[in-house]
This record gives sequence, C-alpha cells and structure tokens, in this order.
Amino acid sequence: MGIDFIYPEFEVKRDRERCIACRVCERQCANCVHSYDEESGLMLSDESQCVDCHRCVSLCPTRALKIVKSDCALRENANWTTDAINEIYKQASSGGVLLSSMGNPKPMPVYWDRILINASQVTNPSIDPLREPMETRVFLGKKPDRIKREGDELCCELTPQLELSMPVMFSAMSYGSISYNAHKSLAIAASKLGILYNTGEGGLHEDFYAYGANTIVQVASGRFGVHEKYLEAGAAVEIKMGQGAKPGIGGHLPGTKIGSDISRTRMIPEGSDAISPAPHHDIYSIEDLRQLVYSIKETTGYRKPVIVKVAAVHNIAAIASGIARSGADIIAIDGFRGGTGAAPTRIRDNVGIPIELALASVDTRLREEGIRNNVSLVVGGSIHSSADVIKAIALGADACYIATAALLALGCHLCRTCQTGNCNWGIATQRPELVKRLNPDIGSERLINLMTAWNHEIKELMGGMGINSIEALRGNRLMLRGVGLNGKELEILGISHAGE
Amino acid sequence: MKRVFVDEQWCLGCHLCEYNCAYANSGADSMVKALKDRQIFPRVRVEDTGKITFALSCRHCSDPICVKGCISGALSKGTDGAVRIDRDKCVGCFTCILLCPYGAVMAGEGGAAIKCELCLENACGAPACVAGCPNRALVYEERG
Amino acid sequence: MKKEGQIRIPSGCAISAAISRSGQRITGEKIIDSMRPMHDRSNGLGGGFAGYGIYPEYKDLYALHIFYDSDAYRSQCELFIKESFEVVKAEPIPTRKTPEITDEPLIWRYFVTPLRSVLASAQLDEKEYVTRFVTRVNSLMTGCYVFSCGKNMGAFKAVGFPEDVGHFYRLEEYRAYSWTAHGRYPTNTPGWWGGAHPFALLDYSVVHNGEISSYDANRRFIEMFGYKCTLQTDTEVITYIADYLLRRQGLTLEETASVIAAPFWETIGRMDEDARRKATYLRTIFGSLLITGPFSIILGFEGGLMALNDRLKLRSMVAGEKGDFVYVASEEAAIRAMEPDVENVYAPQGGEPVIVKVKEGQY
Repeated sequence: MGIDFIYPEFEVKRDRERCIACRVCERQCANCVHSYDEESGLMLSDESQCVDCHRCVSLCPTRALKIVKSDCALRENANWTTDAINEIYKQASSGGVLLSSMGNPKPMPVYWDRILINASQVTNPSIDPLREPMETRVFLGKKPDRIKREGDELCCELTPQLELSMPVMFSAMSYGSISYNAHKSLAIAASKLGILYNTGEGGLHEDFYAYGANTIVQVASGRFGVHEKYLEAGAAVEIKMGQGAKPGIGGHLPGTKIGSDISRTRMIPEGSDAISPAPHHDIYSIEDLRQLVYSIKETTGYRKPVIVKVAAVHNIAAIASGIARSGADIIAIDGFRGGTGAAPTRIRDNVGIPIELALASVDTRLREEGIRNNVSLVVGGSIHSSADVIKAIALGADACYIATAALLALGCHLCRTCQTGNCNWGIATQRPELVKRLNPDIGSERLINLMTAWNHEIKELMGGMGINSIEALRGNRLMLRGVGLNGKELEILGISHAGE
Repeated sequence: MKRVFVDEQWCLGCHLCEYNCAYANSGADSMVKALKDRQIFPRVRVEDTGKITFALSCRHCSDPICVKGCISGALSKGTDGAVRIDRDKCVGCFTCILLCPYGAVMAGEGGAAIKCELCLENACGAPACVAGCPNRALVYEERG
Repeated sequence: MKKEGQIRIPSGCAISAAISRSGQRITGEKIIDSMRPMHDRSNGLGGGFAGYGIYPEYKDLYALHIFYDSDAYRSQCELFIKESFEVVKAEPIPTRKTPEITDEPLIWRYFVTPLRSVLASAQLDEKEYVTRFVTRVNSLMTGCYVFSCGKNMGAFKAVGFPEDVGHFYRLEEYRAYSWTAHGRYPTNTPGWWGGAHPFALLDYSVVHNGEISSYDANRRFIEMFGYKCTLQTDTEVITYIADYLLRRQGLTLEETASVIAAPFWETIGRMDEDARRKATYLRTIFGSLLITGPFSIILGFEGGLMALNDRLKLRSMVAGEKGDFVYVASEEAAIRAMEPDVENVYAPQGGEPVIVKVKEGQY
C-alpha cells in the first residue's frame, strides 16, 4: 500500500440484474477474484487479482460479467506512459527484473498487415479449389545439388525429409511451460493432421512417445530431458539456439512448476528451478554448431533431419548462411513477436527484429549464395492467420511455426500472465485442478478445426493466384505488394509497392 | 439407449450443469428469470469432495428399483428406456429417494420428487447439462 | 513506360511447330502459313521462329544472333565477342523491307567457336562458356542483345505479326528439319524486339503460350544457378529451366516434363512403386521448378522437340502427324494450314509431353 500501491488495471463489472449467484466465477477463478457473501447473497470481487483472462466471463451462464480497463488514471502524459511509470514503481519496490509472458505487445509495425496478395484476372485463370486439386503438401529438408544416376536409373535416395500435409507446424512449447493436456492436445492434433508439433526444451513425457512420428524433439542449452531414446523418439531434432521472445537468454521454468512428472521428464530434481544457460556452452561459434549438428546426426544414424532454431536478430542473414553450411537440414527463425511462458520484459519488448524482414533477407541471402536448397526455412513469431502463412511462403519460407495461435485455439485469452502458473484455461499451469480444465479431446479437435480452416483458406488464396501447388508459391514475391511501406522496407522485403 | 455419462477426470466442479438443468426444466425463457434469487432444484448434482468432483444424475437403470418401489405409480420406465416421473401422481412419500442406490432422485419444489428425464420432456430435447458442460465431462451417448 | 525486362508483362499467344522424324529439311513457308489462321491470337507486338538444321555449312559453330541499337554498341560488343571467340563469319542477317515491320534494330549474326586458350583457363565446358558469355552480354551490356546462340539453328524474331516477321526474315530461304513459331499477344506494349519469342539459349528454344503463376518462384530459384532473367518473361525462365534440367542436371525429357508439369500427389500415390519413388524424388528436389498456371510450350532442341501443357491443361494445344512429319499447334487450323490431310490429331493431356526425336544421324 501507500507508495507501492498501483491501482488495479481492470474492473470486474457484474450486472446485478443478471447475476444468479451460481458461483461459477468463484469456482473458476484461480486468482480468487470472486467470492460469495452468504449474508447478503451477493457475489463480490477483488479486482486487484484480476488478470483479464476471461475465464469467468466465458463461463458465466447469464452473461452477467465483463472485465473493463480501469479508468482510474495517472495524469495523462504522452512521454511517461502509465505502463512506464508503473514499471518504475514495481522495480523501485522489488529491485527485480520485470517478467512478462507471451509475445511483444508493443505497437511495432506488423509487416504482414502491410502486404497484399495477388489474384488472377483475365490473362490467366484463377483455379477453383472446390473443383480442382490444390496441393499444400510440403517436404522439409536438404535437397541435393545434383541428381545421381546408376546407369540410366535415377538414385532416389534423399537425406531425411519431413513430410507435412500443409505448411504449418506447432512450434516449441515445453512440457512444464505448458501442461500435460496442452501437450497431449498438440500431439494428437499433429498426428491427425499429418503435421508436426515440437516438444520445446522440456523433454518428452513418456506417454507421448507414441506420437513420435509427428514430434520434433528439441535440444536446448539446458539439455533438459535429452537422452538417446528421446532423440530417437522424434521425427526430427531441433537445436534451439534462440527464441524470438528472448533472444540471447535461455528458457526459465520456476521450481514451483517442477512437479514429479516434469522432474522425471526433464531429468532434474523436483522443485529445482530449470534455468537454461543463455548460450549453449558447447557452441561459442558456428564451427561448434556444426559439431553438435553432426553429433546429433551420428546419434540418430542420419535418419532425422536436424533443425536449428534461432531468434531473428540484426545479422540474421549471415547467421542463417552459416547455419545453412553447418549441416543443418532446416533453419527455423523466430521473430521478435514470438511468445513465451516467461521472459524479462525489457528483452521481450526490445530485442530482435520482425520476422517478415528477417525471412525476406535470409531467403534473399541464401539465394544469392546459391544455397537456398541446402536448407528449408521455417518461420514463426506471430503468424496470425492463413494469410500470414501465404505471405510468409511467398516471401520465401517453406513452412510456418505457430504457437500463440495454437494456444488461442486451446482457450488461451492472452492475459499474458503465464509466469504465475495460475492459468485458468489449463494451459500454462501445472496445478492439477487447473490442468484438467483442458480436455485434450476438445483441445485437439479445436486445433484440427483451426488448421483445417487455415488449409481451406490457403487453398482459396492459392487458387485465386492461379497456383495449384504450394511449392510454386514459395519465394514467389511477385504475388505480393506492399502498402504504405517505405523504399527501404520494400527493398528488404523484395516486393514492389501496390500499384507498381 | 443413450445415457448421460460423466468422466470425473474432466469435471471441473463448476456446477454449471446444475444451473443448466434447473433452467431447462423451469420452462422460463431466460436463466435470469428462472433462477435469480431462487433456490434451485436441479436433477443433476455435483458430488464435490473438494478433490474429486463429478456430476450425478439418473442412470436410467434397466431394472429400476425406484419404479418398483413407487407406491403411487408416478415413476415409470418408457419403451425408450428413460425413467420418468409423473409429478401429478407423486404423493411425496420419497420411497424412491430412499431406494435409489445412486442418490439420483431428489425432492423437488413443492414436495414431489424430481429426477433426470434426459430433457426429453422439456424444450431442450437433449440433456442441457451435457450441452452446457464446458469440458465435455458429461457426454450423452450409447455405450455397450 | 517501362520496357520489357524492367517490368513483367503477361501475354497470351499462338504457337506452332513442324518436325520431320527423318530429318527432311523444309523451307520456312509452311510454318509461316501455320500462323496465318491464328492471326487473332497475336496482336502484332511480337512474332518469331526457330529453325533447326538451317546452317549445315557451319554446323560445328555457334551461331550468335544479335540485336544492336546502334553501330557504336555493335563495335563495343564485337570487341567482347573477339575476346571470347574465334569468329569465322560475321554478317548482317538478311531481311526484306516490308511496311509491316518497322523500327528494326541492327541484326547481325556471327559463326563462332570459343577460343581454346580462354576456354581452358575458364575451366568450363564449351556450352557453359557460351551460356555465361550470353548471360553477361544480355544482363550487363546495353544496346545489344543476343537472341540466339545455338549450333546449326537460329531464332528469328521481331515486333510484328508472325507471318510478317517470317516474310521480313526471308524464311523461305532457310531449310530446317524442325520449325517452331510464335505469335505474341502481350497485355502491354513495350514493343521491344528482344521481348519477342522464341526465346533461345544454346540449342534450346522455347515458344510458349500462357501466363505462369509460378514465375517468381521459378525465377528466383533458377537465378541461383547463374541465369539472369533479364526479360522477366515466362518463356525466358522456362528456357533456363529446360537448360538447367536437361543440360546441367542431365534429366531426360520425360523427367524434365515431370518436374515442370509435375503429376499431382494424388496421381503419384496411384503409381506403381518404382514410378512413385521417382516422381516423389523429382517433385521433392525440384519443387521450385514446378510451373503452375496456364501454359503450352514447345521446346525445340537439336534433333527434336517436346511439346507440353500445364497439368490442368489451361491452354489449348493439339498435335497431329502425317507420314514423316509431326505437327503441334495452339489450334488444329494451324496444323491443317501446313498439312490439310493431317492424321491422328489429338489434344495431349495436361502434363503429358509430346516428344519427337529425329532419327539419329539424320540431323
């Protein structure tokens, strides 16, 4: 109180005319915002605990609830915003690093929204996906420079490839940062969709080895849960060098979330903090990366493609070029808007670059060097819709990683307080009574619905452009135009302005 | 026959089923009108030990002991398998409540017993508790 | 207004070809005749022909056909040619004044062979050497444009209707075992001679009707291998793809067809195992060379041709034969203009290549 007091950010508006005091809100709020007063028979609220996750709003059977932004405001100041001031108060009080969750919420440019897609008119026909085949199958992995023949026969041996039914995968989210049921939902959905999900850096729960053919197993700097069987379990192995939400630092999972199951999966003691080192301490340079890539390939008998995931940072084109020559089969690039279960606020909001620009410059660079076919490119970091997928592929990506969109499908309302572990939607929590709120039957169904819907839309958009196979869209930047972008931005994106 | 089944693994103990049931059987056109400031008489009850919760309603037994024990002929098992109660015939002796091994028959408003009739007799046509369950802990299906 | 090469210009077109399987050489009159009934498929903004077997007296030399904007550019370019090649003969290509064809550039041809010493120090095979030379001239030098550079073959093209272009170039004076022709309907009017078709590289020439939707995906991929798409036309990129797959990767014509008009995955799924493995392999590694959108193309090469439609068959193309000759054209009327008694006329299916080869030793 007093000098530390910050007025609650949200107000719980309860329509007394509608409230039937069923107490569902009270039972569903893990933050204990709602309570029932026996004496008056009324529901009460402690809005200081509210994170605006909308669990109560969504479950209230009489629509008696809404959460609004508080209008109790500091004196208006365009320079010292309320957020900036409150953050100072918090740090003056705690002496700590500010923590946040999910992606960068700042009003930085979203280039996807400044890019428009082409369609056929007159000179060539659009193609109707309801009546003609429309192909979205993708193979990720290194493609050989030259074909080989034995006598007249083509040698059809390829280095390992990942086959996807559509150019989208579920990005890395560790078991620990998200719940067992969230992981299970992703695993089931990926299997049924013919795509892949990614374990993140927390190892693979023994129950999910069954979904191995649709799993990417991750190896991060903390090496949590990494062992030979784990590497063998997945369809591919991803080396996580960085993450868009927090380039330059490793993953953090507080000990409170390390229960027995997670402790077993991660192979660390119960209750210990899982703090991944900022770098891989065996990778201080690109030649070291090559060694890790090949150690993994040796371990897995060259049967699994190796993905190297990096955060989009300033020098990304050169970094990607180095990775493409390191033996990696796939490069995954995570833009600065990528989500996280917990990151230092300053890093999340200020480090890294937009994925659109990173992708465009990497694709251009790899082509300039003639090595684009050495690797596949997967991009993530706030892919909002099928249109973003189309734009990413036309800029040069082979496929997209989605994570926030997948969590939204699972019920996430982006309240951005994953770090508290009190996720009311059963996603970013390990509390059993909360975890059970996400029924994987429902979760996987919703993920499948989302991806099916996107795939329909991708096909519609491709058909409009007169393209009936996704590979003819890859790097097809002529299909894109910018609006309201300056010359430099257009140059980096490698696209013309609308009207040109 | 299709019955309501509960999977306590997914029951959140939110009690929405009780309110949806009470509303469905109220005949009112808004939940607020039906339930505000009233004691509710749902035909499904959430058993809540604090740790384990699950919603319980009539199992529609193949050989329902409540029907056998009903002294006024209010309870009957239809050809569709559903056990129904004719509240006009019920004399409020509550033998059924005492007999039901599941505790799935309850005293309703005004003295007569009530029980789940799978919403076959109200405007819903299918169990409202199932439709409103946010986590699919309740399902309405045929099981062998 | 931006010129061809600075901007991408879609165009519709007419194509036609005639080839003798026994290597019998015929004059250019018939192929010109084939373009007359398809007059409306062109709009006078480009026409051209390619003939194979036309320079038997120089058949071991590369025939460079070059447009120059002026004599100054010509002398500049000739210096460069002499640095790279031994020039056996240099002459203006004979043309005929005709009111339909105007504003012609200087049109020269050179019969050349790479300088052995330069070739050896470049450590390139001869064809790659010629390709790089042409790419350099066309992408770096202004005022000159090499529009044909194969052996014992040549492309002839101009701004105008194809039948007028044939008349202009006096094609009745050339005899070829294989002719291809093109009439152009660009949706924009740059009116540049280099932009007319066929597009040729080494002995490959492409005439094409369509507007491919995969253009930039194809272009950006093929440019990784030293090609420069200076014209931004479909035909240009298709020619480079053919050169890359056939010459540099050593694919067969059938394999090349199954890359650029790849069978659908569904179709691949129904193939027998051997064919399925092959088709999957080719689609996987050369996915970026899949061409989508409407096209019908005729790829000419030394000793044969291949006609191919896009996999949905979004452009008309018919084939027929009579005796020794095989004919392919956008319309049956064009074939009948060449051979009224044509037999076995059929419309090849989307993605089904029509491959005709001249008997070995007969060309």
